[in-house]
Amino acid sequence: MRYRRADEPKGSEITPESVWTARRSVVKSLLGAGAIGAVATPGWAAGSPTGRILEAKHNPAYGAEDTPNTWDDVTTYNNFYEFGTDKSDPARNAGSLRPAPWSVTIAGEVQQRGTFALEDLLKPHPLEERIYRLRCVEAWSMVIPWVGFPLADLIKRLQPTSKAKFVAFTTLKDPVQMPGQRGGVLDWPYVEGLRMDEAMHPLAFMAVGLYGRVLPNQSGAPLRLVVPWKYGFKSAKSIVRIDFLERPPTTTWAASNPREYGFFANVNPAVDHPRWSQKTERRIGGGVFAPRIQTRPFNGYTEVASLYSGLDLSRWF
Amino acid sequence: MVLSRAVQRRALIKAIVHLAAAAPLALMVSRTLWHPESLGANPIATLIDNLGLWALRLLLVTLALTPLRILTRSSAWLFYRRLLGLWAALYALLHLLMYVLVDQRVDLRVLLEDVIKRPWITVGFAAILILLALTVTSTEAMRRRLRKNWQRLHNGVYVAAILGVWHYLWQVKKDLRPPLVYAVILVLLFAIRLWRRRFKATSAPATAPGKT
Repeated sequence: MRYRRADEPKGSEITPESVWTARRSVVKSLLGAGAIGAVATPGWAAGSPTGRILEAKHNPAYGAEDTPNTWDDVTTYNNFYEFGTDKSDPARNAGSLRPAPWSVTIAGEVQQRGTFALEDLLKPHPLEERIYRLRCVEAWSMVIPWVGFPLADLIKRLQPTSKAKFVAFTTLKDPVQMPGQRGGVLDWPYVEGLRMDEAMHPLAFMAVGLYGRVLPNQSGAPLRLVVPWKYGFKSAKSIVRIDFLERPPTTTWAASNPREYGFFANVNPAVDHPRWSQKTERRIGGGVFAPRIQTRPFNGYTEVASLYSGLDLSRWF
Repeated sequence: MVLSRAVQRRALIKAIVHLAAAAPLALMVSRTLWHPESLGANPIATLIDNLGLWALRLLLVTLALTPLRILTRSSAWLFYRRLLGLWAALYALLHLLMYVLVDQRVDLRVLLEDVIKRPWITVGFAAILILLALTVTSTEAMRRRLRKNWQRLHNGVYVAAILGVWHYLWQVKKDLRPPLVYAVILVLLFAIRLWRRRFKATSAPATAPGKT
């Protein structure tokens, strides 16, 4: 038999976690947490978000017109082949990823080269919340409240040289942590890239969280790219390496099937995928009887159109 | 008496087969009505995918009956062939209707474009047309009226199965493993038939039992 020490609380005296987290949220709302502290969990999040709370201010310039998808939708319907090819696989299998400690290697045509601990890389960047539409190349879409900072701020701080014309983002390759990499579905590691002017656009975003919490593993913890005017596969997840390049990088999906996936991958209802139409999309969360919605050029972010003036978008898809 | 007991047993097995074939559909309907969240974030895609998968599964089971007859030397299996084939056709039709009516909302321009421009949809659509033709001609009266042509027509079930698996293979974005399982099963079923044809010297039941 095990004896209870005098200073040890009885089981009945321990406050259940659900109770103390509820108390904390009351305290936080009393303190007006939504204003400057953590982003308060809004009412439209049905399933309760989990994970460490991040301090971030909502940026009202992005996404007021769209109602975000629920935490459950965002975190259980994912394409992250490193954890399996079914949409439900990442939520099931991503527990094996260890997002901390994490380091990111900066290499290529850039002055601040080296391998940095994630905390050091993030420290100078104040976090903000942006609500972006995400349009998957498979013709479905979501609306997601990301927490992060503009990619341009990071790039400026790393000081690329004049030779740097492209940026490439590489996902972790570790079949132990990422069981999907044990099969040869794609050529691992996953690499995605942007032209430098695309990367410097104010919409390009580095995310470390969603719904005011740190990114869950299945959403690309601990650091991912978000490029809202491009199909979702451009937004590399669980990034361990950023290369500044003179030549365009070989990107994973474009290499895997160049007929179906291009380097630019801008959302474009006028250019169909060879096997399906891109004119409409199914907005996740509408239920069984909601109609499809029209897909908009650049996913509605037409402010990026000037980046592609003079470019034949049906050829450079 | 012996015969009537066999008939009774057959009726019982048929009832069980009906229930088993209807179960996935019943589950889909009940989940849609009462637990839509259990269908995941994209319920329409889940329903379309599941209806298509069950159509293929039931089609493969239907096609497995003749190889089972060969392997077990019992023609009893064939009593359930029409029944299973009709269920497969129903799932296939619902798969198509879910796409046409619920997902695309009868946008004929889109549907026409899909069938004409996208070979994987053309192939799937052709498979369903074949299954519908087989369904319409599945009655005993049609069988008598079509005589020899009936068997010719109903050999189309093999074509439908090949097209169905092909449609599934072609639809996948990258991971071919799940549809390849269906393809391998289909090849195995064909292999048993071919092997049987080669060694036809061994006893062969003359014709399939007529009524189901």
